[in-house]
Amino acid sequence: WVPVVGLEIHAQISSNSKLFSGSQVQFAAAPNSLVSFFDASLPGTLPVLNRRCVEAAVMTGLALNCSINKRSLFDRKHYFYADLPAGYQITQQRVPIAVNGSLSYSLCIDNKMSQMVTKTVRIKQIQLEQDSGKSLHDDTRNQTLVDLNRAGRLGLFSCFSPPFCPDMCCGEEAAAAVRELQLILQTLGSSQAVMAEGQLRVDANVSVHHPGEHYGVRTEVKNINSLRFLAKAVDYEIQRQIEELENGGTILNETRAFDSKLGCTVPMRDKEGKQDYRFMPEPNLPPLILYDAKSLPANMNHQQVVNVDWIHERLPDLPSVKRAKLVERYGILPEHSFTLLNEDGLTEFFENVVKQTQMKPKKVIGWILNDLLSYLKQHSLIVKESPVSSFLLADLLNLLEKKEISSTAAKQVLAELWKGEGKTPFEIVKEKKLELIQDQKELEQICQAVIDGQENEVMAIKAGNQKVLNKLIGLVQRETQGRSNPVLVKQLLEKKLSE
Amino acid sequence: AALKGGLRFQVSAALKEGHVTPTELCQRCLSLIKSTKFLNAYITVAEETALKQAEESEKRYRRGQPLGVLDGIPIAVKDNFNTAGIETTCASNMLKGYISPYNATVVQKLLDQGAVLLGKTNLDEFAMGSGSTDGVFGPVRNPWSYSRQYKEKSVPKSCSEDEESNWVITGGSSGGSAAAVSSFTCFAALGSDTGGSTRNPAAHCGVVGLKPTYGLISRHGLIPLVNSMDVPGILTRCVDDAAVVLGSLAGHDPKDSTTIQDNFKPFELPNLTDVSKLSIGIPKEYHAPGLSSEILALWSKAADLFKNAGAKVVEVSLPHTRYSIVCYHVLCTAEVASNMARFDGLEYGHRSDMNKSTESMYAATRREGFNEVVRGRILSGNYFLLKQNYENYFIKAQKVRRLIANDFVKVFGSGVDILLTPTTLSDALPYMEFIKEDNRTRSAQDDVLTQAANMAGLPAINVPTGLSERGLPVGLQFIGRSFQEKQLLTVAKWFEKQVKFPMIQLEVKRHYHGAFQHQKSAFFS
Repeated sequence: WVPVVGLEIHAQISSNSKLFSGSQVQFAAAPNSLVSFFDASLPGTLPVLNRRCVEAAVMTGLALNCSINKRSLFDRKHYFYADLPAGYQITQQRVPIAVNGSLSYSLCIDNKMSQMVTKTVRIKQIQLEQDSGKSLHDDTRNQTLVDLNRAGRLGLFSCFSPPFCPDMCCGEEAAAAVRELQLILQTLGSSQAVMAEGQLRVDANVSVHHPGEHYGVRTEVKNINSLRFLAKAVDYEIQRQIEELENGGTILNETRAFDSKLGCTVPMRDKEGKQDYRFMPEPNLPPLILYDAKSLPANMNHQQVVNVDWIHERLPDLPSVKRAKLVERYGILPEHSFTLLNEDGLTEFFENVVKQTQMKPKKVIGWILNDLLSYLKQHSLIVKESPVSSFLLADLLNLLEKKEISSTAAKQVLAELWKGEGKTPFEIVKEKKLELIQDQKELEQICQAVIDGQENEVMAIKAGNQKVLNKLIGLVQRETQGRSNPVLVKQLLEKKLSE
Repeated sequence: AALKGGLRFQVSAALKEGHVTPTELCQRCLSLIKSTKFLNAYITVAEETALKQAEESEKRYRRGQPLGVLDGIPIAVKDNFNTAGIETTCASNMLKGYISPYNATVVQKLLDQGAVLLGKTNLDEFAMGSGSTDGVFGPVRNPWSYSRQYKEKSVPKSCSEDEESNWVITGGSSGGSAAAVSSFTCFAALGSDTGGSTRNPAAHCGVVGLKPTYGLISRHGLIPLVNSMDVPGILTRCVDDAAVVLGSLAGHDPKDSTTIQDNFKPFELPNLTDVSKLSIGIPKEYHAPGLSSEILALWSKAADLFKNAGAKVVEVSLPHTRYSIVCYHVLCTAEVASNMARFDGLEYGHRSDMNKSTESMYAATRREGFNEVVRGRILSGNYFLLKQNYENYFIKAQKVRRLIANDFVKVFGSGVDILLTPTTLSDALPYMEFIKEDNRTRSAQDDVLTQAANMAGLPAINVPTGLSERGLPVGLQFIGRSFQEKQLLTVAKWFEKQVKFPMIQLEVKRHYHGAFQHQKSAFFS
């Protein structure tokens, strides 16, 4: 079976006011507190295009390698629903603002992030469109409550992978692609793209077929609230369709909702059905004309129009470029760069530590990714909330680098630092007596004591079993409560044993 | 003071010189509205706010600081324009009791100039119709039904029967506004024009009706019928007044993306004396089937008038004129279906008590809120917009629209400055006769001469020309080039001067008391 996955993504443009009306945009505002006359579809009101939204759409189109349509059109898409006050949505169905782009994303072959492979997914188009309001169904009172704060806000909608190109074939790929898109949108500033806050909404189209045969009937899966659920929903649906077909059943061209509690997809109450949207040009919005350096009329400055070339010149480094730069600059592995970019603020943290310590970035990265990050994950914290600042960590790593403590001790110090009691690494080391024993004579005495106490092991080593030496080293460590430098201890033991 | 219920320049001067105060003016208009209530021209009379506005205006005049020519001038506005705090109904059950929170841009502009808003005028429901007979508040009666001119010419019957059954329609859909201006209850009124809705009633009521170029005046706040054809219309008693109102309304509105960006400069109309450089086009297709011989003769006379004065008068052809009605039918109903989608009872307006489900509530609300005409157009429009029909109807109609517009481009490109045509096929029909045919049939008939200008977005104006054999007004239409309102109005003004259209001799027999009768002569001399 060959699964085929397509995605429809709605991203809320990050702007101060809505796409077609002047009202403000704000997450979690009181219901219906940000609604202008136009948003409420009061008769006689007209849409006025928000320039910032156009710029965001152009930026996104350029970042996704699309052709920007210098002339795009607006249309009305009609259907009746409580959260759509005008009875139609303004969108770009005939000629959207950008088409035919691509998005590259990376995937690990296995779970260990040791082998990454790059994949590309095609982007059919990006269009500006109105968002609807939000409906909350109150089944107990048989009512639906409508909040129009969101109405009129959105723009942007990219459609990945039309059904006839097998760019994505499983949940993991879909999630990875969306993750990369999120990073791109955040880097551009065109959308904050946080799924949990509804700024990025993803619907998946899934179908399966046998290789060489026609594409199968596809279903649309909605109500996916996170990347994890996206992967789950897609995989579940693929599985469901395969089972259905193998049992001789058929797949209906329907819309299904993902139930996150049960981890499955269920048929949705038919919201739109097979509707004829009766598309019609939006008569109140003239065609959207974009300029470039060549076509810009001489007497217009860039304040009055949207100049695609001007925007292109000012595009920030995209995630892929940022990652490559990190790898080159710090000598870290590509997988590391992915993790760094994936966590908000982690790259900055890492770079700050590197600046403040003599330890090589290649070693620092281990502490960042293995130690710091795992602490953060365990306690469900984001980088910004870390009780250990980059300064403190750099301080600690310096102690390690100067060989004043062992790496085991360093881990202990980190655990202490994590408590956030305001102590410096140095203070903790002193307090817990974690300094490495610098006195060679003292070390020699301890080594000797251990050798004297382990006759059998000594004989084994002298007989040629070098592995047993580690046990002795371990015993020395125990004696010194981890305050001995294992390399030095090994040298001393070997010297003594060869005497 | 002998206030000719006409020339605003005279009224303005009178206000400035203190011969009359804004409050007096306002009060007179309000009382006249009361005594002409049977015309049913007004849906809402905003007496309190009007008097307040008049008071404010008076203060300004006393300080010697009037805002302009329109300060203190009583005006009326068609009830499909949003007026903050004053009910806006579109003559529909759907919006009965709807009080808008904002003013349409054109209303705001007039108020900013100090105009006094007397009230909202009657219309066909949602501006769909050519008689102003199909609104929920009943039909509007043409003031000329009560004129001496009409009464003298009508077949004598018993007095009471006469007035009750013989009254004629105003035309539509801006009939209330036309009647209000015609009966002297205001000095200017706003209408709307989508297929002739300002020019048609202007012709039947003997007033000037201007349809400006599409994009010149903001539609923000005008409840739309056909977004790509609607314009706010101006109704006045003379062409100069229309120019004044136009000057206060035209110009870019950031709230309406279809208004032009260029700066608009208000103009004063020159007194044209020499028409020898003018080229007048007479489109032969406007000799439409059903055109009354009277109007044909009047049209011909008008052409001769220009010729004799030295202008070049040529016959021209606009070959696609005959397709404009059917094209309009498709495009209009399609837009109506779309524009009416917002009336679902949820956010504002009428909401049905049916609450079994959202869908059933929508259906009941819309059935109860809309009249047959509106519902019929919605159904037609949705049909044309269906995926399988879109190409054959909507796209085709758009293409035909382009052809119609190109007809005008060609003719104007060939050296013709202005087109001269009839505005209506006949004078105003008696109501009893008008209602014998349905709204759709009447609209199709009556829009034939006015509709094409909306298709092409061109400016056009009705100028009252003469009286018919029945003693009712007949007007002629001038169509000009895009955004060449100055030229259009200049020619219209010259023509107006030549024809000297008679003033209405309104005889209001009932509902008045002595005091009014005394005032009557001051108004109707």
